[in-house]
Formats: sequence, C-alpha cells, structure tokens
Amino acid sequence: MSRVTIPLGPQHPALKEPANFSITVAGEKILSTSSRLGYNHRGMEKACEERTYIQDMYLLERICGICSHSHSTAFVQTVEEIAGLDVPRRALYIRTLIGELERIHSHLLWLGVAGHEIGFDTLLMYSWRDREVVMDLLALLCGNRVNYGINTIGGVRRDITAEQIAGALRDMDILEERTRYYIDIATSEPSFIARLAGVGYISREDAVRLQAVGPTGRGSNVAIDIRATDPYAAYGEVDFKVITDSHCDVYGRAVVRLLELMESYRIVRQVLKEMPDGPVTVKAPRKIPAGEAVSRVEAPRGEDVHYVKGNGSDKPERVRVRASTMANIQAVNKMMENNNLADVPIIIAAIDPCFSCTDRCVRVIGGKREDLGWRDLRRHGISWYRKHWGIDFGELNRKLHSLRGER
Amino acid sequence: MAQSLFNIIVFPGFLFLCLAGVCAEYFDRIFHARMQNRKGPPWFQPVADFIKLSAKEDIIPEEADSFMFRAMPVVAVAATVTSFLYIPLWGSQALFSFEGDVIVVLYLLTIPTMTFFLAGWYSTSLYASVGAVRTITQLFAYEVPLFMAVLAPALLADSWSLSGIAAYYRAHPLYWVFNLPGLAVSLVILLGKLEKVPFDIPEAETEIVGGVFTEYAGRYLAFFRMTIDIEMVVASSLVAAVFLPFGLGFGSVVGFILYLLKVTAVIAAICLLRTIFARLRIDQMVDFCWKYIAPAALLQLLVNIVLKGVLSQ
Repeated sequence: MSRVTIPLGPQHPALKEPANFSITVAGEKILSTSSRLGYNHRGMEKACEERTYIQDMYLLERICGICSHSHSTAFVQTVEEIAGLDVPRRALYIRTLIGELERIHSHLLWLGVAGHEIGFDTLLMYSWRDREVVMDLLALLCGNRVNYGINTIGGVRRDITAEQIAGALRDMDILEERTRYYIDIATSEPSFIARLAGVGYISREDAVRLQAVGPTGRGSNVAIDIRATDPYAAYGEVDFKVITDSHCDVYGRAVVRLLELMESYRIVRQVLKEMPDGPVTVKAPRKIPAGEAVSRVEAPRGEDVHYVKGNGSDKPERVRVRASTMANIQAVNKMMENNNLADVPIIIAAIDPCFSCTDRCVRVIGGKREDLGWRDLRRHGISWYRKHWGIDFGELNRKLHSLRGER
Repeated sequence: MAQSLFNIIVFPGFLFLCLAGVCAEYFDRIFHARMQNRKGPPWFQPVADFIKLSAKEDIIPEEADSFMFRAMPVVAVAATVTSFLYIPLWGSQALFSFEGDVIVVLYLLTIPTMTFFLAGWYSTSLYASVGAVRTITQLFAYEVPLFMAVLAPALLADSWSLSGIAAYYRAHPLYWVFNLPGLAVSLVILLGKLEKVPFDIPEAETEIVGGVFTEYAGRYLAFFRMTIDIEMVVASSLVAAVFLPFGLGFGSVVGFILYLLKVTAVIAAICLLRTIFARLRIDQMVDFCWKYIAPAALLQLLVNIVLKGVLSQ
C-alpha cells in the first residue's frame, strides 16, 4: 500500500491550539510521526525580565488558561524562597484549596475533550455541564473563572469566609456523585473502552526515559506526584493517595485522572475542615535580594518547574518556565507507534497538551551571546539560501534591474 | 402524465421529501440536544443552514475533477428521491411497484454512499481521500447484512416487491413480530448508511477534518447535506415499510399519521444510538459488522426460511 503523509495541524479540528504532527500512514496504520511546535511563542520569559516581580506574577498566571494557578504558585514560591518570606499557614491552605479546585476543573475538562476526540459528544456535554459547578465555586472564591489572581508574593490576596466553606463542601458532594457516574461509564461503556484500551501504549521504562510527568506518567505506573514526593503549600499536612495505573495506555491515563478527581475532593474537604486561623499574607519587600531558586508544582497536567534568578532590584534577572507539556511532548511520538490514524487525536489529547505553555525560542549560534537584529536576520537569510539552495539574490537582483532597464 | 409529474416533483416526490428531510433533521438535532442536556437549535435551523450554505461561494479545488465534483451531489439527491417512489408509505400500495423493486430500492440507496466515495476521491485532497476509502470499507461491511435483513421479510412474504411484502403482512397482521431481529440489524446499519456516530468514521471530524466533504462548500455541500436528510427519511420509511407493517388498513389519514409515527420512532431510535456511543475505529466497525451484525441477519434469514416451511403447512 502506498505511503501518505497526512498533516495534522497547525489548523485541525482535533487540536485546540496550533501544533503540527506529520503522520506517515499506510492505509490506516501509522508508520512514523514527527511533531513540530513553535506556532505560539509569546516571549513571556523575556518579557518577565522587563517587569517587576508583582507584574510578572500576573503575566505568568496567563501562561496557561487551565493551570494558571499552578504557574503563579510556582513563581511566587521561588520568589518567596529568594526573599526568605515565611508565608502564613492559612495562605498555604488557601493555595492548596484553589490548586485542587483547579485540578478538578482541568480533569473534568479533559474528560470532555477526550470524549469529543473519540466522537462521544454526550460525555463532553455532560462533563462540561458538571464542570460549571467547580467553575462557579472558583468564581465565588476568587472572583474569576479562569485566571484566579489569588496568589501574591507572601500569601494570598483574598480570605475565605465560613459561608464560602459551607458552599464549597456542598459542591464537593455534588461533584463526587457525578464523578462516580463517570467512573462507572469509563469502566463499563464498551465503545468508550474499545477506543481507549491498548491505544497509545508507552511502557514504564519509556515513560521514565522520555520523562513523562503527571497523569501521563502515572498512567504508566510512574508513581511521581510532586504533591507527595516534594510537598509544597499544605500538601504535607493532608492525607491523599498517589493514583497510578498499570494499563500504560490512554485508558490508564483516563482512569488516573478520574480517580485523582476523587482524591482531590478528599483533599478539598480536609483543607476546608482544617483551615487554620490567622493572617493570609505577610508584607513582601518590593526589591527582592539577589539569589536563585527553583520551585516545582504539580499542575493538573503534570510537574511544572519555575526557576527565578534575582539581582537585588525589583525586576528578576532571569525567569525560566518548564511547563508539563514540554516534558510530555517527547513521549507522544513514541505513543503513536503501531497505532491507527483514528487514534492520533486521542493520543495527543491524552497527554492533555498545552502548546502555548510549551513553545520556546531557542537559539544556539556559535554558542556565545549575540543579538540578531532585523538587518542581521536579512543577511543570515540571504547567505542561508545561497548556501543551501544555490540561490543568489544579488544575481537575481541584477537580472531584474537589467530587464527593467531594457523595457 | 400530469399526475405522475405531480407525484414525482411535489408529493410524495422531491418537494415533500425536502420538507420531510428538513423536519427529520430538526427532530434528530433537537432530540440529540435534549438527550445531551443542551437546548438545541430553533425550528428553522435546518432551513437556515441550507440557505446560508447555498448563498456561499462555490469553491472547486484546482486539482479536483470539476465535472465529477459538481455532478456527485445531484446524482446523490436523484438516486435517493427515486428510491422513495417504490416504498409504500401507508396502505400497502406504493406509487410504482414491480416484482423485484426491493432490490432496486436497496441498490438506489447504495448510490449515495458511492457518490460520497467518488466525491471524496475526485476531491483529491488527503483528508477526502482517506474519508473516501473509509466510506467504501464501511460499505462492504454493512451492505451484505442489510440485504440479508431486508430480504428476510420478503422471503416470508414470497414477494420481491415492497408493495407485495406490505400486502402480505396486511393479510397476516402479527407476522411482522418474527422480523424483529432484522429490525434491530437494520437500525444499526442505518447508522452506518447515514454516517452517524458510532459509524461516522468516514467524516470523523477530529480525525480527518470533514472526511469526504472536506473540499465541499456552498451549494454542493448544501445538496450533500440535503441528501443525507432525505436519505434519513427514505431509509426510515423503508425500515418502517418492511419491518413495521401494521395498521395499514385504516384509510389514508390514519395511515399517514401512523406512517409519520413509525418514521419518527425509527429516527428517534437512530438518534438514541448515536447519543450513547463513542465513534468506533474502522477496523472495529468492520469486525463488529461481520462478527455480530452479519450472523444476526443470517439468523433472521434462517428463522424466516423455517417459518415459511412451518406456516405453509
């Protein structure tokens, strides 16, 4: 059978953000794949160097619309570590609470997207309806549905009241009941299982080697969860299980996410019940001392790493973000081996990709730091075409001029 | 002559089918939406979609075969409308009938699927070609069971004309109960024929964009969508005529209402099935059809052969 290379993206109904996957198929069988990112680079790390720490916090929260709280938590944690701030316990509990609510809404969103990718739109409609419960709760607690804006350097910006705690506990009961229903669907609905089981297999060894993180890794039995292995905020004080699954396929990843929802409800209940009293913030200095720190946060999609280097001014010297998709994207090409064309969307969706978190600009020319202006870029382009394609723009220009002269 | 023209163009021909198709699409969409906990479209949505699409620019890809690209939607509509003339709607007499028209109807209902294949193939786009191949693969999987399931009642009635079948079941009121397995088989196959979830593999949006219709736009796409709507009505009518032939002797008014109820029930059943399943992969679909649907259709055939022997004694 003849080979065809099918482009998936940058514009494709299965992708929520631009990315490109070239899939070479023979009939329906995938022979090879290659992925290409870089359609969404926004220069945020560089932009951070131009702004103060407080402004950076808001900017970094907008890296991702889904795991915004994880990004801002990771950033403020690094800054607090450099500044040596002692964050009040109540603030840590509120951060934990919002972090778990974010995980709940992200996992419910993923379930809907996964349903849509396999043509199960009913699941999409149902899970997104139930997601509204947690979205409303987030709006109630933070005033926002998407970028919560609750973190600040040295604590959180809003306290929560007793009524809000009671409302949140009520919502947890609703969500837990609905999630039980979805777990029931995932473990009994034959067409759902048929589309997920055995698809996108990645062994435990490969998952470790390709550094799959979060539910993608845990679906392949890699028991790494930053909340448990390197506790931050109040996670050291709450009791929860690290969910793993040994299916190693898309089905395993779905099961991990669904069972994690149940753990999240447990964490939220514990946090709400054991919320300590006290202030929610300490005063942070405007100028952060020189120093560097790394902070890891378990975002809904996996481990999120932030590195900040301060130079004693009110602006950071360097900010570096490694979002979870950056770690997981390496595993996607491996997962697609020996699968069908029809499985590609769900395999990509199963890592819960966020390409705009991932896109980076990397330049390695000569190894020493150099700035490439517009003029240099043009010169580089001309010499590149001459070297690789033998196109001499100078020659072409002269020909063009002489043609014009003749006319 | 005037009567025949009226029949072909107005009722129960083209115009009636267009109206019925629009109503069927609306019913299908709103029922689907309500089951998915959505509000669903307003009543004029299918008409609005048709008008909007018709008003859009027609784009024919440079690489595509221009004649085939434009001809296919028309052929699809024509074949579907023609097949409707041989199906008895109420009472037991279709507009036209002859011995063997059940084969002709099934054949005419295969033509739209073939046009989908050709439309995708001559679009020459990658997604459309993959969709075209999937269409034809799927056709091979469900066509044989469909023929077996529909011919089983014909075997019992000893007539290869739809009107003859209807007349037989009118004379023997409760015999249609024997054909219930065939009804189940044909309902599942209708999902494949109309390209609905779980068998919407040829136009799986998240996999191959729009499948065979990727390159279609404007009027031609509107015609294809109209074809699918009309096919939904025609195929449901066929299922109603072959598998639900009861209450045929109450005159035309009651008969017409009963006919509408039967068609609505068939469409509702299809809609329910497409709501509760995920899309299968093409290999799973072919496996499913040959492992479960084809044996079920064979069983129906066997049952009717035995019944025919028993009942004729």
